[in-house]
Amino acid sequence: MIRLIGSKVFWRGILIFNAVSVLLPVFFLINSSLRSSVDFAKNPMALARHPYWQNFSQVWQNGDFANFLKNSLIITLGSLVVILAFGVGAGFVLGRYQFRGQNLILGFILTAMLIPAKLMILPLFIQLKWMHLLDSHFGLILVYASGSLPAAIFILSGFFRALPADLDNAARIDGASEGQMIRKVLIPLVKPGLAIVTIYAAIPIWNDFFLPLVFLQTPAKKTIMQGLTIFFGEYGSQWGVLFAGLMIASLPLIALYLVLSEQFIKGLTAGAVKG
Amino acid sequence: MAKQGLKRQQNRMAVILLAPALVTILLFTTIPAFTTLSYAFFHWTGFQRGSFAGFENFSRLLHFPFRDQFLTALRHNLLVFAGIFIIQTTLGIFLAYGLFKIKRGQRFHRTIAFFPVIFSLVIVGYTWQIILNPFFGPINFFLHSIHLDSLALTWLGDTKTALPTLVFINLWRWVGFPTIIFLAGLNAISTDYVEAARIDGASEGQIFRKILFPLLAPSMTIVTILTFIGAFEWFDLPYVLGGSSGGPAGATDTLALMFYRLSFGSVDSIANQIGIGSALGVVIFLIVGLGATFGAKWLRGREVEA
Repeated sequence: MIRLIGSKVFWRGILIFNAVSVLLPVFFLINSSLRSSVDFAKNPMALARHPYWQNFSQVWQNGDFANFLKNSLIITLGSLVVILAFGVGAGFVLGRYQFRGQNLILGFILTAMLIPAKLMILPLFIQLKWMHLLDSHFGLILVYASGSLPAAIFILSGFFRALPADLDNAARIDGASEGQMIRKVLIPLVKPGLAIVTIYAAIPIWNDFFLPLVFLQTPAKKTIMQGLTIFFGEYGSQWGVLFAGLMIASLPLIALYLVLSEQFIKGLTAGAVKG
Repeated sequence: MAKQGLKRQQNRMAVILLAPALVTILLFTTIPAFTTLSYAFFHWTGFQRGSFAGFENFSRLLHFPFRDQFLTALRHNLLVFAGIFIIQTTLGIFLAYGLFKIKRGQRFHRTIAFFPVIFSLVIVGYTWQIILNPFFGPINFFLHSIHLDSLALTWLGDTKTALPTLVFINLWRWVGFPTIIFLAGLNAISTDYVEAARIDGASEGQIFRKILFPLLAPSMTIVTILTFIGAFEWFDLPYVLGGSSGGPAGATDTLALMFYRLSFGSVDSIANQIGIGSALGVVIFLIVGLGATFGAKWLRGREVEA
């Protein structure tokens, strides 16, 4: 028994068992999205021998769904633009300049990182209402940006700090302005950091449920995760359509993960690793 | 002179580049965080602030009709933390050690193990809701087909099984995360220790217990703190599967759900209670903040240098 636990065969077995438990529900989701609701109700475990694509066209014809996807895309990309633009700027300054008050600013950012967004939802709600940013994609983008920026700045300033100091001086001697130096020399060199920040920020925003639930009220403005709850109410027991809806909502991330799994793992665990 | 010009250019640059990020954080994180504290000390009618209330909102939280809800939710959060912590951490270490042991196929299994982490809890929740559906779900279908009808429970519909079922779904979604953290921890341990122990004739089990596990303490600190924070802010999964009142019959109610109901109203009572909601928010913040700070201090204290 003890020898068994020490053996590679045992651990390989455990990992294969884990892979099956992870993939079985995903396979079930894909398989069921290709079966008609009637067929599914008869036997939930049968294979989709003749793919029933009508589920997908039915989801797509429900115009709301495409709209929810579009809203999620706008909010996620919009937040990313703000996070990357502001984060690169602040990360550069904190990573490469030395000035008085630097520690104060770092402390301010670190404190912001510890505040859970959920608990200040009430003042944010009232504040956004007052700023006429409630029920608006732009307002939500600013809240997301604010939530991800502290960690993004920390990650990026680390990447900027790691670049050799001579780089700046060489660029300056060649007559580059600070702005040119950042754009042409430094940003291309911190690309791995940009990838980590992109994934760190984008996945939770795309997946988020809570903030859109509170801040977006007009049905036409809601995101895909919100949309799914509406969708599940509308299509009650039309299983095939429900599965197709879940598939469409998760496909973008599954596709990206297949290509960029290493970056996903790095990005999503970035907040947990000690800096 | 040229140097001064550069300094001036840099100062201007620093302000231009720092300001947008700092203003955004100040407006949408720092200021609301401070106001949330003040909200708890006022009377509220809807979204209209009234007179100063002192600690009244906090004491109402501990009296009828909020007391029972509050204590039930708190108990659920504690149970969820204990459940997730024990099962998820053990499984995470187990899987990480497996990944650590095998070299061939490590990348493949690592990718698969982390896969569910990328899914939204809405998608995970609904998928499992159908899988666990008592009439149409494959799990009960399978149990009936092998004549284990007594095991085919109404998983999410029964007050006894709903919370453990949610913990299980959470486990499926999240166990890849601690696995990766522990694997990174194992990889960071110098192979010299393991080699030396092996030369001294230590068994694989001894190497794990006496060397690897103690040196995993920093990863354990991170996983424990994150689990604690996650458990006390648990919202999405119970909301998606049980609604804002933590159905069935409050069996999956949590502090975050109660906070949401008090803040924005619910099916049972449309009127919101911002004062009491904010007081609860402060309580959750204190639990999470103090728990994480002192927990981290205590856990760091027992870490050994690798």
